[in-house]
Amino acid sequence: MGEVIEINGPIVSIHHPGILNGEQVKIGKLGLLGEVIHLREDHALVQVYESTESVKPGEEVVGLQHPLSVELGPGLLGEIFDGVQRPLQQILELSGQQISRGLDVPALDRDKLWHFVPSEDIEVGSQVVPGQVIGTVQETQTIEHKILVPPDCEGEVMVAAPQGDYSIEEVILQLRNPQGHVSKLKMYHKWPVRIPRPYAGRDPSNKPLMTGQRVLDTFFPLLKGGKAAVPGPFGAGKTMVQQQIARWANADIVLYVGCGERGNELVDILESFPQLTDPHTNRSLMERTFLVANTSNMPVVAREASIYVGVTMAEYYRDQGYDVVMVADSTSRWAEALREVSGRLGQMPVEEGYPAYLASRLAAFYERAGSVRTLAGDDGSVTLIGAVSPPGGDFSEPVTSHTKEIIRTFWALSKPLADARHYPAVSWLDSFSEYQLRAAEWWAANVDVNWSARREQALSLLTTAQELERIVNLVGPEALSSAQRWMLESAGLLKEAVLQQSALDPVDSYCSPHKQFKLLDIILCFYDEGADLINLGVPVEQLQSLPLIGELKRLKSRYSSDELDKITEFGQTIDDTLRVMRAEYSTNNREAEA
Amino acid sequence: MSSVEYRKVSAVHGALMFVKGVAGVAAGDRVAIRDRAGNRRNGQVIKTSGDMVLVQVFEGTDALDRENTWVRFLGEPFEMALSPDLLGRNFNGIGEPRDGRPPIISKLRRNVNGSPVNPAARAYPREFIQTGISTIDGLNSLVRGQKLPVFSGSGLPHNKLAAQIVRQAKLSGETSDFVIVFAAMGVSHSDANFFEQQFETSGVLGKVVMYMNLANDPPMERLILPRTALTAAEYLAYDLDYHVLVVITDMTKYAEALREVATEKGDVPSRKGYPGYLYSDLAEIYERAGRVRDRHGSITMIPILSMPSDDITHPIPDLTGYITEGQIVLSRELQGRAVYPPVNVPPSLSRLMKDGIGKDDTREDHPRVASQLYASYTRALEARNLASIIGAEDLSQRDRRYLQFADEFENRFVKQGEQEERNIIETLDLAWDLLSLLPPDALGRVTEEDIQKYHSGKEL
Repeated sequence: MGEVIEINGPIVSIHHPGILNGEQVKIGKLGLLGEVIHLREDHALVQVYESTESVKPGEEVVGLQHPLSVELGPGLLGEIFDGVQRPLQQILELSGQQISRGLDVPALDRDKLWHFVPSEDIEVGSQVVPGQVIGTVQETQTIEHKILVPPDCEGEVMVAAPQGDYSIEEVILQLRNPQGHVSKLKMYHKWPVRIPRPYAGRDPSNKPLMTGQRVLDTFFPLLKGGKAAVPGPFGAGKTMVQQQIARWANADIVLYVGCGERGNELVDILESFPQLTDPHTNRSLMERTFLVANTSNMPVVAREASIYVGVTMAEYYRDQGYDVVMVADSTSRWAEALREVSGRLGQMPVEEGYPAYLASRLAAFYERAGSVRTLAGDDGSVTLIGAVSPPGGDFSEPVTSHTKEIIRTFWALSKPLADARHYPAVSWLDSFSEYQLRAAEWWAANVDVNWSARREQALSLLTTAQELERIVNLVGPEALSSAQRWMLESAGLLKEAVLQQSALDPVDSYCSPHKQFKLLDIILCFYDEGADLINLGVPVEQLQSLPLIGELKRLKSRYSSDELDKITEFGQTIDDTLRVMRAEYSTNNREAEA
Repeated sequence: MSSVEYRKVSAVHGALMFVKGVAGVAAGDRVAIRDRAGNRRNGQVIKTSGDMVLVQVFEGTDALDRENTWVRFLGEPFEMALSPDLLGRNFNGIGEPRDGRPPIISKLRRNVNGSPVNPAARAYPREFIQTGISTIDGLNSLVRGQKLPVFSGSGLPHNKLAAQIVRQAKLSGETSDFVIVFAAMGVSHSDANFFEQQFETSGVLGKVVMYMNLANDPPMERLILPRTALTAAEYLAYDLDYHVLVVITDMTKYAEALREVATEKGDVPSRKGYPGYLYSDLAEIYERAGRVRDRHGSITMIPILSMPSDDITHPIPDLTGYITEGQIVLSRELQGRAVYPPVNVPPSLSRLMKDGIGKDDTREDHPRVASQLYASYTRALEARNLASIIGAEDLSQRDRRYLQFADEFENRFVKQGEQEERNIIETLDLAWDLLSLLPPDALGRVTEEDIQKYHSGKEL
């Protein structure tokens, strides 16, 4: 038992002999939850996850003797938790529209019964090892929840519960470990959030994470188990990109961590996801989604915790053999929480007030992504996608620049593109993907062998066009040759017909890999053939005025991913039109020669 | 405890006062201070330990001394009384009357800091508010429960625009049923008078609550003013079921007051001397806008802020833009060309627009028209840029048409009278008038059906 010495915003100084660094504490009459972050003799500094208003010096402090941990078990999916894993729906019932302080609500429902089916190899006398699957529970229609032996438990089975309905507090397995210690396993266990969950080994993954967004999948691919960042100034469409990923990604589980962002964005997900269907399973999206919400007006310190709470839950589903995507919006707010706490502790600031450990904390967080072989021998992955909100859109600021060195796919959002309502405003000049070679193998095997070549052609066309535009802006379009003007025209077409994708258009919102390639291919074929015709002497204006250009631009929203033959047909129409033109000009040329 | 007066001030500077040897004072508690002249000042505890209490004094610490200053700790957080009598009144930042009438007396008292709204309790805002201003309704639609700031600069008509929105805002098809909470910080007397007159002439004065801290009032009061005003707004919206429109001006003055106190406290500065917690602090204010499930009332917020030297990357507009659901940006260039309201279309944005417009809310083609106008106007600005280099004569036929589109767009669509109220259908029809200047194949964001239905085809 200890007492409060000083209150300075979210940092409370306490006198509490024997408390551990990292230990959870309960403060005062309100029972505010906090975490020890600094020890000096009998005094400790605590960061408090809730507002410290009305707390007095002299109030009682109780150490809880465990670090910040999360409950892992069935019942997580479809829920919305706050930054320290308290269920917000239950809190709503308990305290009304505003969140009261000092609420102690367990993350998982204690009363709900789950139908538990034990694994066949679990019987009295058998040996179980850490991470082993001891049974399953159908958590949602699509997700079978595997109950795991906690990573720190093993031993001989003494008692095993038969198939049946259990609440999560009931013991389903009793183990005796080699030291003779008996542990009682329930359907859930706790895990400290700042310690990565163990796995058997890392596996490089070759499976791309398909988001259904052309500019992401085709141009700057991400792999399952990869790490990506989406930086962009406000208004560049970061939220939209992240929500599109959460909607359409071909992952088993999606976790959306709203870290210091707008409350309404989470509500948007809560209200719209149950009505959307997963294109891969045709089930409601909410069955595979869950949320962690620490909105910008909620206490800052819990924001720091929310990222770790999220990634630990993501790792838990990975350990069951699932592909998990965690979207963290935004890591900048998380970094700001670090900065605020370090500022209150009087630590020496380095860049823009951020503490010196910013880079190492960021790196350690992103390193929890990965494609792994689980303790139970399955394959699972955690893909991390972090939004970054650089002040003033300046990518050289500390959070963006450190993040850039850690991640391997960089989707840079551009304000000028967003201002022109070119969405998703992913800049083709500033973005990069280091996974491109490995993704190419998948595309070649599953979609088309020409994927790599076409992708490179498109990117180089876009880059050249950018330079040509600079010339036009200096001296006007007259300075360009016909071939260059055709290049410029085709790059514009590529932007409108392929890169731009409307999240609001029911047809275009999701684009299958095959359709992505088809659209890219048809535009580039058109460009190649047009370039040929220009060599034959066809005036570029004649090509520019072809009505089929307008139709090409609308192909993406006219035909869904199931109507690829229609796109092929349209390719035929283009060929026919251009063939007529070619015939005309080759005759002309022959006549001229004659 | 509240009856005990201490005379234990150990130090004062700026807005801060240190009181020594008073035990058991709670963080955030309200403090009453009596100075040597017997005048009362208000303060709040911002840091407390067994032997030293740090108090922030809203009226400043000028003319306080160590011997003749009496301090009373009220043992309660900063609370304000709430009753329906708030409407039609005028208060200062800490909720004391400015209009010479008696203070509000009520049993119902609430903490001005509020508590965060549970994200699970929020309802997604999706009801279109018609402001009668084309650039807002057509391109950056406002919905009930949204927070949509106006990014302005000195000398730009943000006050006129805000007053026009307040006058004209209504749900399409309904008459205005908004009550208005007006929070002014560091504004001049003339600006304050302008708003009062506007409320009076439009006959809404009885539906307005004003919280005012003028340019020559104590600046520290600005730290509490938006919180007082929003506590009133929450009461009106969630207890009395009103739809509340909150106009806050000028957030820049608020942030400057925050910086002043932060520097005095010795907080680590981040950008331009603003404290690292500026984002969280602003969010505590802005996020109090919204809708709540199963409640009739709503809080729609229009904060106005002046961008220091018109710089949108300055920390105040920058952090605001990250919290609010879009922004309306005013342009000095358009103002120079006598376009009112000088809304700079490309950087303006409404994030909640998508769910408030379209078939059931405004008109079926609205989302696509908005997107098309943006795309065409950006393209037209490129043409104008090109024209300034090579001369309009050398432009292609198509670029010349875009040039004309840009001029007409600014002079007919953006520009409108201060008293002119266009309903959404008029705005959309006007949009099609302008889009008809361009050939249909240049309109990639609208459907062929839209073109058949609305494109006048004059240029075909």
